[in-house]
Amino acid sequence: MALTDDTLQERIEDTFEEMDLSLSEQNGELTVEVEAADYIEFCTTLQQNHKFQLDQLIDLCGVDYSTYGKEDGQQWQGKRYAAVLHLLSIRLNERLRVRVFADDDEFPVIPSVIEIWKSVNWYEREAFDLFGIAFDGHPDLRRILTDYGFIGHPFRKDFPMVGNVEMRYDDLQKRVVYAPVSIKERVNTPRVIRKDNRYV
Amino acid sequence: MSEVKNFTLNFGPQHPAAHGVLRLILEMDGETIERADPHIGLLHRATEKLAEQRIYNQSIPYMDRLDYVSMMCNEHAYVMTIEKMLKLEVPERAQYIRVMFDEITRILNHLMWLGTHALDVGAMTVFLYCFREREDLMDLYEAVSGARMHAAYYRPGGVYRDLPDVMPKYKPNRWRSEKDLKRQNEGRDGSVLDFIENFTERFPGLIDEYETLLTDNRIWKQRTVDIGVIPPDLAKQLGFTGPMIRGSGIAWDLRRKQPYEVYDKLDFDIPVGVNGDCYDRYLVRMAEMRESNRIIKQCVDWLRENPGLVMAADQKVAPPPRAEMKEGMESLIHHFKYFTEGYSIPEGEAYAAVEHPKGEFGTYILSDGANKPYRLKIRAPGFAHLSAMDDMVKGHMLADVVAVIGTMDVVFGEIDR
Repeated sequence: MALTDDTLQERIEDTFEEMDLSLSEQNGELTVEVEAADYIEFCTTLQQNHKFQLDQLIDLCGVDYSTYGKEDGQQWQGKRYAAVLHLLSIRLNERLRVRVFADDDEFPVIPSVIEIWKSVNWYEREAFDLFGIAFDGHPDLRRILTDYGFIGHPFRKDFPMVGNVEMRYDDLQKRVVYAPVSIKERVNTPRVIRKDNRYV
Repeated sequence: MSEVKNFTLNFGPQHPAAHGVLRLILEMDGETIERADPHIGLLHRATEKLAEQRIYNQSIPYMDRLDYVSMMCNEHAYVMTIEKMLKLEVPERAQYIRVMFDEITRILNHLMWLGTHALDVGAMTVFLYCFREREDLMDLYEAVSGARMHAAYYRPGGVYRDLPDVMPKYKPNRWRSEKDLKRQNEGRDGSVLDFIENFTERFPGLIDEYETLLTDNRIWKQRTVDIGVIPPDLAKQLGFTGPMIRGSGIAWDLRRKQPYEVYDKLDFDIPVGVNGDCYDRYLVRMAEMRESNRIIKQCVDWLRENPGLVMAADQKVAPPPRAEMKEGMESLIHHFKYFTEGYSIPEGEAYAAVEHPKGEFGTYILSDGANKPYRLKIRAPGFAHLSAMDDMVKGHMLADVVAVIGTMDVVFGEIDR
């Protein structure tokens, strides 16, 4: 049970008055956007303060916003990479989503929260592997899902769906070799953005 | 005395006890493990990236292939997220069908887990028993969806179709004797619901059978008691969910704490462990199967009494009935649009999670208003559990690694995605 009658949003607004947060609620889920500079302090408080007790990190995922809401050829204006955290408080039975954008698009860096939630270890490795987001302070930032020696970050929007290289066994060299892909990317159903007036 | 040095051992990825394609690098001091470093990703298929290029409904079959021993639960999380974003009401009958199949899936998953876990630890018989019952449940999958495993039965707005009135039977052929045929077709004379009811009546006795083999078995206890102990605080730190956190004594179950579908109307208990070792997690999962059986029974009773629709009526996001599509112009247009362009989800984001047999399985969808997800993130419980490998096996013997892998109930389809 919650210790006070305030909603999670009110408690966050009260506690972090000096921080530059932007809160939004959608589908009954609260999202907080926090600056990368305040990120560690913000998360530490969420985990330790008895008003929040967000003691479980359920998920951390990277997002590449470069084509968000855009048709082909248009450019996204804001920052490109973000990490989205899903937090859960078992005691208060509450969930919170935290989004933090990396300041630099060329070399995105976000501080690591591994000191706060141990379970973030592999999630940060995954985001690093798939999006190339570096987590400052992570003790063991290696690739996790892709192949040993893989080049590139496959979940970035500019990484082609079919990949860059393909692998086959070469009978002459008697070993597995890599070669540029021989297939072409194709789109069966075009992507269309519709503004459905039922939801606006 | 010769100097004994640490050495590294490569476990898997083809080891039968690795449950698929786990590669473990173990740093050993004699036979004691100093450090475990799991290497995953050997089954990585980039499901999330594939989903970005497909309309929403085309990704439902991919969900089956994530955790390929609890197929319908994966679909459930995905369609729930879509329904949440569309604010779509699901008919009550469809909700009961989903809950019933979630629980059937839970039994299916736990039977697979029990069989392989026991096999790894050295008990062969349980494996055969478990697979005998799995066959009945797979037949149920087949009866409703046409596929034994990869069902694609849940759709945004409900389920693909109502439960059939007839349970399919085995047919005679020259390799099957009269006697065998009679035994195989036992309980299949009525509808699918009759067969499920028949199963729920048999199943508690069958769980007793497994328990006779294991619960008080001295070898089983020697291999699992006090192995991989995780205290409650550490379990939270490591992001454990499902039977793994309940085994450590925290009564956390999404079906009860954040009820979805009709779980708040059903009567069931949440079993918890005490010590947080492999044996307690075994007991928790066994008790969970009995609870699932109770839930299935309640669903069968409700479904018998309450016929009705199983798909939402909103034809922008759910397909129109076939007969209507053949006659009405508007339904034909809806049908065509639905299956070619799909539907667009309004801009925004949502996360929905279900109590999957392995823990909290959730999907996070970020939509920019298109007919395809901008980003789909699958939160797989096994990923968090496997990342705790190092904490669980440190200081244990090599043989205990196998017990720990078994107790985590890892399936690489969901971990590697």
